Amino acid sequence: MQVTVTVNGVEYTKEIEGRLLLVHFLRDTLGLTGTHWGCDTSNCGTCVVWMDGEPVKSCTVLAAMAGGREVRTVEGLANGAELDPIQEGFRQCHGLQCGFCTPGMLMTCRHLLDKNPDPTEGEIREAISGQICRCTGYSSIVRSVRWAAVHEAEAAETKEEAVAQ
Amino acid sequence: MTTVQEPSQVKLTEFEDNDQKPVGFGRMLRKEDARLLRGRGRFVDDVQLPGMLHLAILRSPFAHANIVSIDTSAAEASPGVKAVVTGETLKGLGLAWMPTLSNDVQAVLATDKVRFQGQEVAFVVAEDRYQARDALELIDVEYDVLDPVIDVRRALEPDAPIIRTDLEGKNDNHVFDWETGDEEETNRVFAEADVIVKEDIVYPRVHPAPMETCGSVADFDPVEGKLRLWSTTQAPHAHRTLYAIVAGIPEHKIQVIAPDIGGGFGNKVPIYPGYVHSIVGSIVTGKPVKWMEDRSENLISTGFARDYIMRAEIAATREGKILAIRTNVLADHGAFNGTAAPVKYPAGFFGVFTGSYDLQAAHCKMTAVYTNKAPGGVAYACSFRITEAVYLVERIVDVLAYELQMDPAELRLKNFIQKDQFPYTTKTGWVYDSGDYEPTMRLAMEMAGYDELRKEQAEKRARGELMGIGISFFTEAVGAGPRKDMDILGLGMADGCELRVHPTGKAVVRLSVKTQGQGHETTFAQIIAEELGIPPADIDVVHGDTDNTPFGLGTYGSRSTPVSGAAAALVARKVRDKAKLIASAMLEVSVADIDWVKGSFSVKGDPGKSVTIQDIAMRAHGAGDLPDGMEGGLEAQICYNPSNLTYPHGAYICVVDVDPGTAEVKVRRFIAVDDCGTRINPMIIEGQVHGGLTDGVGMALMEMISFDEDGNCLGASLMDYLIPTALEVPDWETGYTVTPSPHHPIGAKGVGESATVGSPPAIVNAVVDALKPYGIRHADMPLTPSRVWDAMRGQATPPI
Ligand code: FES
Ligand code: FES
Repeated sequence: MQVTVTVNGVEYTKEIEGRLLLVHFLRDTLGLTGTHWGCDTSNCGTCVVWMDGEPVKSCTVLAAMAGGREVRTVEGLANGAELDPIQEGFRQCHGLQCGFCTPGMLMTCRHLLDKNPDPTEGEIREAISGQICRCTGYSSIVRSVRWAAVHEAEAAETKEEAVAQ
Repeated sequence: MTTVQEPSQVKLTEFEDNDQKPVGFGRMLRKEDARLLRGRGRFVDDVQLPGMLHLAILRSPFAHANIVSIDTSAAEASPGVKAVVTGETLKGLGLAWMPTLSNDVQAVLATDKVRFQGQEVAFVVAEDRYQARDALELIDVEYDVLDPVIDVRRALEPDAPIIRTDLEGKNDNHVFDWETGDEEETNRVFAEADVIVKEDIVYPRVHPAPMETCGSVADFDPVEGKLRLWSTTQAPHAHRTLYAIVAGIPEHKIQVIAPDIGGGFGNKVPIYPGYVHSIVGSIVTGKPVKWMEDRSENLISTGFARDYIMRAEIAATREGKILAIRTNVLADHGAFNGTAAPVKYPAGFFGVFTGSYDLQAAHCKMTAVYTNKAPGGVAYACSFRITEAVYLVERIVDVLAYELQMDPAELRLKNFIQKDQFPYTTKTGWVYDSGDYEPTMRLAMEMAGYDELRKEQAEKRARGELMGIGISFFTEAVGAGPRKDMDILGLGMADGCELRVHPTGKAVVRLSVKTQGQGHETTFAQIIAEELGIPPADIDVVHGDTDNTPFGLGTYGSRSTPVSGAAAALVARKVRDKAKLIASAMLEVSVADIDWVKGSFSVKGDPGKSVTIQDIAMRAHGAGDLPDGMEGGLEAQICYNPSNLTYPHGAYICVVDVDPGTAEVKVRRFIAVDDCGTRINPMIIEGQVHGGLTDGVGMALMEMISFDEDGNCLGASLMDYLIPTALEVPDWETGYTVTPSPHHPIGAKGVGESATVGSPPAIVNAVVDALKPYGIRHADMPLTPSRVWDAMRGQATPPI
């Protein structure tokens, strides 16, 4: 079957098998290997991407279901050379070690900040509780999200001030 | 000398907003993050080669069964299939069996019978991964099911079915007996002791389960005769040598590449049949072949950890002076002895079960057996079985405290090896290099507010609430190891390092070890920077590619910093010595008159007259004379053979609340004070500790690979094998002391596994402490609500 999916703003039309999972479509068909795969049971969250603005586990979505929708992956986070604040937060606060869970974590945390720009520790833990990190012990991920929240707030303030002036 | 530092805890709402760029040691953001944050890491499954095929493995549904027949005809006719290979095919090539890391053999594909559920029976190579899996369904295997041996005790019974019928003359399930310490002396001390306490303690089977499963891409070029293998390996060089032996391909024609690795924790040390399958697949089809296991394959067939049944006994005076420890261990090694440990250490470093205490005697007897379970044993950040040893001693010391009605902190403080006793030789022959335990323990108690916690506990107990405080104090033995004692399959456990300074003063350092997330690209650049004064940003760290790095045994057992880190420091010093000679020529003074401060060489007493390492690098490669007899260039290579292991230590305190109504355990606080000697990058150390503590919560409360009586693995998915998420763990509180290693060039000790080793006993001790009102002094892991509930009702059972 043919499917047309927009990924990180680029439209792709591909001939695929009906059973192809979105995670394999992204990785194997499009070569976007930033999105990972880590389990058979929808537990690990290394595969999280956005579909129409909502985080989904791409191992549990058929590529066909993404037809006509907008997918955003970790490759679509940075603005050229400039990292998204959530990426910068992970860098500053050692929110990653092996980096395997990281793309999924980043997508979930970016979504959290968009909905809730000032999340508490508990809210952050809740948001990433469908995902597993085997390396960091989570504290540094929580800290990374807080870093991004604080810096985004500061940046917004500076911008407001500039506008006011 | 120990320096005690302020707690380094950073509150979650605060963070160190710094982008310092130390030329040497200190907090520094990681070099590897740039690619990993952008989704530009390159993991094995990301490798795409032209014409690449995909491999899938058919695994045994039974734990023990004879293979009667295999029919592959339908699979061969399935769309996209290029090859179907069975054990019989491999037998013809002499490849049906391969050596394990413990001098046993393991089936690459089963020929005679299957010996554990999930064992490899056949593989399919097809055009895509879906087609390969489709074809597996079409392979028809007829099995004749045999009685499985699941329980280690059953394995030793005279009428137990024999698992290893492949071994000539084998008529039992016995793997080895091992002993350490002085039995007679230990029995004598026990006979004279006031108090003897005994407890049966089980360390259940668990699994490292890194987020990236195991896999490989093999590309055999028949014209060059060269094999390139991208694989999830923590030990690329050791693997290359083994492939040369197994596959008969000359070693110089094999290139093993370990690209980015998504966590290892010991899971990626052994050679798995799947890696060999991909090699065979590529040879047979003439195409690159990728094998990537799924999660359940990872959990049921690759290197498990622990599985020790231990009887622990401790002897002490009535006043709480510990005199001796003895233990008897039954070790489950699964169907093949695939333990990744130095040859002379079949039980790994379990001999350090004497812990951090000054004993009069100690003895251990161990029997290892085969069962119909997956092979493995040394994995999951265990530091070669020190997890088991530390759990044993720290649990039994707590049981002793319970019986003596002593505070567990006080009991430990009373029995520590004293600072002036180092280097300290234990009763089992381990030479602890350095340590100063009391300040570490006191710092942890201070950070925890130990006395207040005990008060709070007393108040809560009076109200019927269950709060527990658990302590563990560990000494680790890491950095294997001196080549006179330690080798794996005849390969000495040394590590090479090569450093080249380019004409413009930038450098490349090549390592034999391989990061799986530990941050080598950063810390090794920092070591070179510290020793040579070249900024870390100007130093490229190359690793994980056998064609481009010197030989060495790889990263596991917390050995990278103790062994390879030492190699890096020494290779930099070698370069510095040469640089100094060149500086003396450039400055026209004798070498004795040259001072070195990081990065620059100056004339003694005239600091204005100086040259930088960058000037020297250009001179070394450039025009103009060099000192007499000196070759051009600025580079060096060494192979470092450690003189001893390094012995990091730490004090951990855990606070738990147990819900009396549901028996659910909540880890409220966890305080970890680690002493790993000189600290290269505190941010990375803290990260390593956090990860290990989370493992500890997993093992103590959630994780277990169990089997039913037919040998079906009950932990075959992440729905059944529970790994902590962000909700099960607290915000970690960490602190540190610094007792440098006297024999390591920069005084550093390993730290990667300290927290995995040290945290489970702290958590279990805390839960057992919470259950004290129920008269409980021991309960086995994993302390799930149902197991805690049983314990509260006096019905605790061992998990195996
Ligand atoms: S791959 Fe594990 S949840 Fe998607
Ligand atoms: S960084 Fe390795 S799994 Fe999260």
